[in-house]
Amino acid sequence: MAATSEKTLKLWDGKVTAHVKVAGAGPALVYLHSGYGLVWDATLDLLARDFTVYAPEHPGTSANDPDAIKPLDDVWDLVLHYYEMFDQLGLEAPAVMGHSFGGMVAAELAANNPRRVSRLVLVNALGLWRDDAPIANYMVMPEAQLEKLMFADAHNPARKHIFMNLEDPESIIRVTWALGCAGKFSWPIPDKGLRKRTHRIAAPTLIVWGKQDGLTKPVYADEFKRLIPNARIELIDKAAHMTPLEQPAALARAVREFLKP
Amino acid sequence: MKISMFHLMPYRELPADFEKRYQSVWVDPPFWELADPAKVGQYYNWTLDELIYGAKAGMDGICVNEHHQNAYGFMPSPNLMGSVLARATNGLDCAVVQMGATLPTTIPPIRVAEEYGMLDCISGGRLVAGMPLGTPMDANLCYGITPIEHRERYYEAHDLIMKAWKSREIFAWNGKYFKLPMVNLWPRPIQQPHPPVWIPGSGSLSTWDFAAKHDHCYCFLSYYGNNLGKRVMDGFWEFVDKTGLDPNPYRAGFLQLVVVAETDAKAEREYYPHIRYFYDKCLHILNEYQMVPGNQDYRSLANSVKNLLPMQTDLINSIGNWKYKDFIDNQFVIAGSPATVRDQLMQAVKKLRVGNLMVLLQIGSMPHELTLKNIDLFAREVLPHFRNVWDEDGWENKWWPKALQGKVNADRVAALARSEARAGK
Repeated sequence: MAATSEKTLKLWDGKVTAHVKVAGAGPALVYLHSGYGLVWDATLDLLARDFTVYAPEHPGTSANDPDAIKPLDDVWDLVLHYYEMFDQLGLEAPAVMGHSFGGMVAAELAANNPRRVSRLVLVNALGLWRDDAPIANYMVMPEAQLEKLMFADAHNPARKHIFMNLEDPESIIRVTWALGCAGKFSWPIPDKGLRKRTHRIAAPTLIVWGKQDGLTKPVYADEFKRLIPNARIELIDKAAHMTPLEQPAALARAVREFLKP
Repeated sequence: MKISMFHLMPYRELPADFEKRYQSVWVDPPFWELADPAKVGQYYNWTLDELIYGAKAGMDGICVNEHHQNAYGFMPSPNLMGSVLARATNGLDCAVVQMGATLPTTIPPIRVAEEYGMLDCISGGRLVAGMPLGTPMDANLCYGITPIEHRERYYEAHDLIMKAWKSREIFAWNGKYFKLPMVNLWPRPIQQPHPPVWIPGSGSLSTWDFAAKHDHCYCFLSYYGNNLGKRVMDGFWEFVDKTGLDPNPYRAGFLQLVVVAETDAKAEREYYPHIRYFYDKCLHILNEYQMVPGNQDYRSLANSVKNLLPMQTDLINSIGNWKYKDFIDNQFVIAGSPATVRDQLMQAVKKLRVGNLMVLLQIGSMPHELTLKNIDLFAREVLPHFRNVWDEDGWENKWWPKALQGKVNADRVAALARSEARAGK
């Protein structure tokens, strides 16, 4: 595992303490995690070889700071709070990559102020809705149903990062609260109007999708491509919704290729 | 004390293998596979008839509540039911207890203040205003309220309703969730400044805090009986003591399942299948739906995962193997002859220190005729023995409609019967 350090920042008029994991060297790459909270996975390790990876924890999901979620009420607050974070990290216009819920946030960052995001990578991103491919409410799905949507191989050992261990109260609390904090900006349907704003995205965009994604089916990759002016798609085989956990090498390679100067 | 009859309005004919074929009784039971609108119409009418029958039999109050997409209780608008009940019970000293319209999902919440005002006016000031937070199933899953905002939205709705009732001037409400430029209720309730407020809860500290802060009646609505209820109510009374409030038993409400027959043996024979139906089918709720992420604030979540959940899970897992005797021994249901029920219910009331008891007399698949019998036996053989509980301590039921203070519905019912007999009806 790459050596990570943590930066603690005071944002939002001092009301939100942000925790950002930082690793690697090279051009800046901001990584926004899924609704399950930050998992420092093999994908981030691989990316840290070529980039300075900044991985903020979604407000409320940092250990011992559940109330950091309280001052931010909607997507607009969340986006502005991230621009403040960029300012404090000295990032004028970093590359931003987001997975699942984090993908939705990344797209919002690139759409609201196109000058703050130089390149955009969306990995199995939430944020859009199609009536012909409704997105299941994964936050309340029994594991036996959810594993089929989330993992191409339901026995993937990485499943332990998102499915809580019912024997371990700390795991139940951590995962449940992380989902609750993501839900603040995505409940009950993860469409908060992003579709109206995607035309503003100026950053060249890579849309990476697990071919077997059962939650946000690959038609959503097509939908993002249709809506974002300068985008291309890369499908990854043997991956469903949890591509960063399922196919780290293929994902990191695609991202490295795309971000090459 | 006061004893009110509660009704859930369950679908009474779910298939025998319901709990094997479907994952939940709530949120996603497919209507067209399971139900028939004509039967539903029959159930609504039976429900109303049973509650009105209870009122005429002498019950102190009659209660309905709100649930959505739920085969064990589907009065999505409790106030539609309450409206019929208020009208049909005029002339009786019976409270109309709405337990009630769910605050955070009624938008704007002054709709609750308006409808409760209507019910209070129609009933001549007999309304008890229940103010439920709503379950995660109802509010988050069926009605789409963002879980992490659920409770905050509830508090705001409550404050808005109370202000709308108390304020004699028109005011603007600039809240976080609700913005109303000119609040000016028509109608106003007969009970001034407002009807008594009851807060249904499931044992969470934040609800105790809330009820105490506003001096409302706290009602622990559980289907798991008074043994488990005692653990929660002991905590509640401890909390009341620490907060410096008086230990007035009317500060607390509790829901208990009760069935009465001529003998203990007959009670088992007649009611056990319906008890089974209730616990097997009506409470067949997907765990994930009850644990919607964000619904509980972080501290309550940590508390329930570490303390409550293990206990509840063990218990719920064991119910499948229970026999009739286990339901009785664990006091999930108080059942038996009038003497048995009187004895056990009296112990329960005393140990919980409850002044405003609610009893569920129609349980699961219980048919109409049997329900009427249960109501009849309860009202004649059990209820009268509870009238003077707490009297010797001199407690006043501040959470009961003013128009009914000092009156007993059963006395009114008896007087009406005598005058009808004299008139030769």
